[in-house]
Amino acid sequence: MTSELLNYKTVSPDEVTTWHEACKVTDFPQDGGLCISYQGLQIAVFNFSQRKEWYATQNLCPHKHQMILSRGMVGSEGEEPKVACPFHKKTFSLKSGENLNGNECKLATYPVKVENETVYVGFA
Amino acid sequence: MKKVIVIGNGMVGYKFCEKLRAKADASQISLIVYGEEPLPAYDRVHLSEYFTNQSEEDLYMAPRSWYDEHQVTLKTSQLVTTINRDQKTIQTHTGDTESYDYLILATGSRPMVPPIQGVDKKGVFVYRTIEDLEQIIAYAKTVKRGAVLGGGLLGLEAAKALMDLSLDTQVIEFAPRLMPRQLDQAGSDMLKSKIESLGIQILLNKNTSQIRGNGKLDGLDFADGTTLETDMLVISCGIISRDELAEKTGLETGKRGGFKVNEQLQTNDPNIFAIGEAASYNDMVYGLVAPGYDMADTVVEQLIGTGNKTFTGADMSTKLKLIGVDVASFGDALGDTPGSTPIAFEDKNTGTYKRINLSSDRKKLLGGILVGDSEAYGMLLQITQNGMALPPNPEDLILGARGGDSGTEMQLPDTAQICSCENVTKGDIVCAIKDKELTDLNEVRSCTKAGTGCGACSPMVADIFTDTLKAMGQTVRKTICAHFDYTRQELYSLIKVKNIKSYAELLSAYGSGDGCETCKPAVASLLASIWNEPILKQDTIQDTNDRFLANIQKGGSYSVVPRVPGGEITPDKLIAIGAVAKKYDLYTKITGGQRIDLFGARLNDLPKIWRELIDAGFESGHAYGKALRTVKSCVGSTWCRYGLHDSVGFAIEIENRYKGIRSPHKLKGGVSGCRRECAEAQGKDFGLIATEVGYNLYVCGNGGANPQHAQLLAGDIDEKTAIKYLDRFLMFYIRTAEPLNRTSVWLNKLEGGIDYLRDVVVNDSLGLGEELEKDMQALIAAYHCEWKEAISNPTMQAKFKHFANTDDHDPTQHFVPMREMKKPAEWGLVANETK
Ligand SMILES: Cc1cc2nc3c(=O)[nH]c(=O)nc-3n(C[C@H](O)[C@H](O)[C@H](O)COP(=O)(O)OP(=O)(O)OC[C@H]3O[C@@H](n4cnc5c(N)ncnc54)[C@H](O)[C@@H]3O)c2cc1C
Ligand code: FES
Repeated sequence: MTSELLNYKTVSPDEVTTWHEACKVTDFPQDGGLCISYQGLQIAVFNFSQRKEWYATQNLCPHKHQMILSRGMVGSEGEEPKVACPFHKKTFSLKSGENLNGNECKLATYPVKVENETVYVGFA
Repeated sequence: MKKVIVIGNGMVGYKFCEKLRAKADASQISLIVYGEEPLPAYDRVHLSEYFTNQSEEDLYMAPRSWYDEHQVTLKTSQLVTTINRDQKTIQTHTGDTESYDYLILATGSRPMVPPIQGVDKKGVFVYRTIEDLEQIIAYAKTVKRGAVLGGGLLGLEAAKALMDLSLDTQVIEFAPRLMPRQLDQAGSDMLKSKIESLGIQILLNKNTSQIRGNGKLDGLDFADGTTLETDMLVISCGIISRDELAEKTGLETGKRGGFKVNEQLQTNDPNIFAIGEAASYNDMVYGLVAPGYDMADTVVEQLIGTGNKTFTGADMSTKLKLIGVDVASFGDALGDTPGSTPIAFEDKNTGTYKRINLSSDRKKLLGGILVGDSEAYGMLLQITQNGMALPPNPEDLILGARGGDSGTEMQLPDTAQICSCENVTKGDIVCAIKDKELTDLNEVRSCTKAGTGCGACSPMVADIFTDTLKAMGQTVRKTICAHFDYTRQELYSLIKVKNIKSYAELLSAYGSGDGCETCKPAVASLLASIWNEPILKQDTIQDTNDRFLANIQKGGSYSVVPRVPGGEITPDKLIAIGAVAKKYDLYTKITGGQRIDLFGARLNDLPKIWRELIDAGFESGHAYGKALRTVKSCVGSTWCRYGLHDSVGFAIEIENRYKGIRSPHKLKGGVSGCRRECAEAQGKDFGLIATEVGYNLYVCGNGGANPQHAQLLAGDIDEKTAIKYLDRFLMFYIRTAEPLNRTSVWLNKLEGGIDYLRDVVVNDSLGLGEELEKDMQALIAAYHCEWKEAISNPTMQAKFKHFANTDDHDPTQHFVPMREMKKPAEWGLVANETK
């Protein structure tokens, strides 16, 4: 069960070796996500427009192993920006990937940068 | 004389020989056993004792002489490499062959070694055989530090062993808790502090990314960037059945490996049986010795006894035998049974944590967890397995009987743990309510986190909340969530009066924070109920089903339901549905609401599917929305000899009238042509039953989990009046209900009940009648087929894609054949199958 999960490993900003061009800013919905494919990985990229912030996590929800998080609703719990899985509403911090309402495994998170209206995701 | 060969001389293989010989001697059955290991079978369960004794003989299940005395031919150091089913022979790696009448596969399992870079380095071990232990002992003499990968039952046992070898010991676990399959978070926390007090360090949430070292290991790297310096590593990450012989022999295997067996433990070859950890029954491999022994017994019965005994699964209750720490888990330990409620007790001073899970009616014990004090294990296991009656206050099972006479939550001590996912006690909840002056259940949830995990304790949290408020002399005001300090009804008025059209507007004017998955869909529903504008204009505040105008199913595919008003459908339309289903390979099922559900549509295909359906004259059925679903009808006076009126015609009229209207929850209607009630109208949110002179109008019925009969709102009314009352009734519900309350729940909460509702709707006691009818008229006039909008708007259409940067379907989405159609691959297996 863990094998697919093991493919996703958090990349911290200083580890980035490749900035992968994901999409145009205009492709994104307001306060919502899209899924991009990168070398066999599925990455959920979120445009948190309410806060003018961008986040990226694995698209795989660790709860029931569903490739779905990009279709989740974003929001906040206190100060923490989060995404809720559409399946069973497990919520995860977009910053740390931590599961906020249960004991699911953390999400891997990836750095995002926006330059010239283009969104890039960082991989190591 | 029958000839039986056993492959594998482990615990279960040996037990089989012992049980067989108790029933049949060599004149009836000849018995040959092949074992790969050099030693005769030994007690793997007590393997760790080898560290202290270092005596193989002490661990033997039986000395070599036993085999001779019982005329069992034991061939050790012989790996069976081939089975020839046609000739009924086996061959070993040294080339020996032997024939059989019956073959018993007792090949056990091997440790699962995760594919981490560097696992092949020197200093990395597994923990399964005496040979493994000898190597560990030898290596440990040369080093100071040792780590164990895996915090399950076995991993902890291995860690204790390393510590006893005087190593500085760590346990590394991928999950956020120890023994993740047996313990919840609170149980794991308690166990962790106990084990740490023994001197073993526990690292949770650690995803090992690489094993470092030049030739031999000197440390581990984790995905979160941290590292661990250590000299040796013992891997204990679970087991994999040894079913290598299956493939070339043509024996079937289970989903998670292991030879697939039936209740008789037969593989797909009736002369070949599998037992112990090598067998997979119902896709389940039992990694414990007791089920293995039960299997051995069953096969002996097949071969020599009556053949009546079967194996139908086993209990996985366990007690950790780790010296110094009591841990037990039994039955449904984690409370996965729907509706189960936990009761938990925790005492950090003594290091005890106890949890029991009760059935939804609180009459049966489903399972539980004991840490620090497992004295009650036997008794609790008994009660669980035998479905015994519980004491009047079930918490007495773990707390011991106390004073007081009723069993309500208020009787629980403040230390009682209510939410075991988040480790919240009753005292925590009561304190938070009093100190922070909480007046809303959602605030209690977000403040204390109680009920935010598995949700099983939500009813208890709600009861404690109401009881505490009552005790403080307050009443309850239900605001939507932490982001809006308003009830749904208050927001309804604000949106309408202030002419608010978007979520963002409402949040900035009346809310705080960034919203969440509770308020966004609630507000989306309000906006739709008030303005009836295309919902995809604000797609990211909609629940997934609304966002993609289809119902999400396991594996991330969607189901599609075209509207079939009143359940009346032409042959041409039936053919059109069939053609679409065939073309897009969809699973089709007739729904309870007299329409057809098409399952297994891929996200990227939804617009194409709908274009074809719309061309064939269909409209969206709103099965994905909190909106009117169907108006079910019986065949009525046009065909039925009992029918009084044209119930189908009236049902179609009503369904078309209210289609697309969004409400606090889904709405279902029914129209029956006579009092035989074939449309089951009294089980619907609104129902009409034909009488000699008109219709009786029933409202607020409900099927589902808590069925409730609809109640009579007005009798013997004509169709026009029925529609007038329905307009008023529905609009009043839409205005005043809490989010996600069906009409039945709403009515139950309405002060004055059905009489009050009748006053408002029929007698117009609030003088609202005309306004409600006008509002309804506006909604009806604004109707649009959401799918028609979606496919005629290229921007909206572009959103129906799994990947933003390619046009591919989700490659992890898989279907398997079922009854001439398809179904999604099981939860969780999806990911594996892509490998
Ligand atoms: C350290 C440890 C602690 C445990 N503690 C507990 C516990 O507390 N409670 C509990 O219930 N269970 C416990 N278990 C699990 C228990 O030991 C197993 O469930 C049990 O041993 C399974 O028996 P088996 O015969 O199916 O497999 P095994 O005992 O593994 O025997 C299979 C044998 O078949 C041999 N074999 C495999 N393939 C071939 C071949 N092709 N030809 C010839 N020989 C072959 C193998 O070499 C092996 O010797 C523990 C296990 C370990 C390792
Ligand atoms: S699959 Fe994501 S919450 Fe269950």
